Amino acid sequence: MTTLSIDHVSRWFGNVVAVNDITMTIGPGVTGLLGPNGAGKSTLINMMGGFLAPSTGSVTLDGRPVWRNEAIYQHIGIVPEREAMYDFLTGREFVVANAELHGLGPKAAQRALATVEMEYAQDRKISTYSKGMRQRVKMASALVHDPSLLLLDEPFNGMDPRQRMQLMDLLRRMGDEGRTVLFSSHILEEVEQLARHIEVVVAGRHAASGDFRRIRRLMTDRPHRYLVRSSDDRALAAALIADPSTSGIEVDDTEGALRVQAVDFGRFTELLPRVARDHGIRLLTVSPSDESLESVFSYLVAA
Amino acid sequence: MYDPTVARLTYRALLGRRRALILGALPLLLLVISVAVRALTGADDQTAADVLGGFALATMVPIIGVIAGTGAIGPEIDDGSVVYLLSKPLKRPTIILTKLIVAIAVTMVFSAVPTMLAGLILNGNGQQIAVAYTVAALVSSIAYSALFLLLGTVSRHAVVLGLVYALVWEALFGSLVPGARTLSVQQWSLAVAQKLAGGDLVTSDVGLTTATVLLVVVTVLATWYAGQKLRSLKLAGEE
Repeated sequence: MTTLSIDHVSRWFGNVVAVNDITMTIGPGVTGLLGPNGAGKSTLINMMGGFLAPSTGSVTLDGRPVWRNEAIYQHIGIVPEREAMYDFLTGREFVVANAELHGLGPKAAQRALATVEMEYAQDRKISTYSKGMRQRVKMASALVHDPSLLLLDEPFNGMDPRQRMQLMDLLRRMGDEGRTVLFSSHILEEVEQLARHIEVVVAGRHAASGDFRRIRRLMTDRPHRYLVRSSDDRALAAALIADPSTSGIEVDDTEGALRVQAVDFGRFTELLPRVARDHGIRLLTVSPSDESLESVFSYLVAA
Repeated sequence: MYDPTVARLTYRALLGRRRALILGALPLLLLVISVAVRALTGADDQTAADVLGGFALATMVPIIGVIAGTGAIGPEIDDGSVVYLLSKPLKRPTIILTKLIVAIAVTMVFSAVPTMLAGLILNGNGQQIAVAYTVAALVSSIAYSALFLLLGTVSRHAVVLGLVYALVWEALFGSLVPGARTLSVQQWSLAVAQKLAGGDLVTSDVGLTTATVLLVVVTVLATWYAGQKLRSLKLAGEE
């Protein structure tokens, strides 16, 4: 049982606060670290991996500090986001070198290569690998010493759907084996498919923590805002507000449009075209005005 | 304190890319110059000392030191692949010391060997000039490697800074400002060479004792400090 504890950790760079007083505990199983780009996920993962000192607070693995403690890497496997990885080596040479640096032999390397199903291309130079192949070799290098904690920074970036599924299966298996697996992502669906537990970080703050279903519900139940233009805005507004799925409408004369706030997302999307047809109104524009990930996340922070 | 895997990765990075071409170009140039000088002027001790002192020791050795010293760690830190060394239960000073040994070996091979050959071509090691400058190249290889490895660890602009030091400080200031010569790896190694060469062909502004102490102090301090910097190296994230 390996537990990673982040205790009141902040990190600032000059005047910029990248991580703001975050406390979380990551236990066995797969945990997703979710947040929009620039939220501080990489900074947080770098601190978890001992590559960055927290400005305040502490990061410990089963009670032992991670920062400036080389011995801790016997227990940690790291899959960095950056691409660079001794491209002049073959996949096998790279993983063998990683094994040797852990004091292990080619057997461990071979086992890790088999785990990520990269044996077929192990004798090719890494510089010839596709993004997904690189990711798998990185994974092999992180698994070579059978670590109890696995940290992955945006592991699915740039992978095609098949590669994504393979990696998800692998991570799921790692979690089921009792390892503590933490991966970061800015894509809700990725996290939802893989993680039993999620931690949400927005603008350097810890926004939410817990079971993904609860957080997903928070996200879909939030009010949705739409910008609607039609052949008869006022008639449409009157018809829409009669339904409970619509909680508010503003007639914006300068924009020549309606600003609609819907509480029940599913019902509203069915209602709008039906109401328009029944009243003979032509819909010209229907655009969600707050669908950006940022707004979804900031809604969570407020919740 | 020495890790063979780190050494292997460093050698392959240093000798694999375009760096190997640059590393080979200057020694080749030295040999070409030596052959030409010998063919045009015949064997002459003063000329041999001028070529070896003016080009080999003053220009070639520091430039090769810059390429090998910064190249042993700089690119890995720049592109982030050093994370694969740092995420291992390896002492940081072991990584630095291993890379230093590799940088020294590469600098020595690419600077001392051609210096010796050039000396033999120029005047057949008359007055021990070839040996003296070869020893100077060996000695300065150590100090340059340590200095430029440190530079590669602390700065993203290590190659430029290293070249500025090698060319501006050592070559220009060293010959114009007398005080600057006391703080010059080149002068320290010349002090060692002075003891070996016959006559007044090799001279240094620094005494042998001072030179030896400074060489050792600079090498040890630079290596120690690089180890410390690596312990607290921040890997810049993508954000």
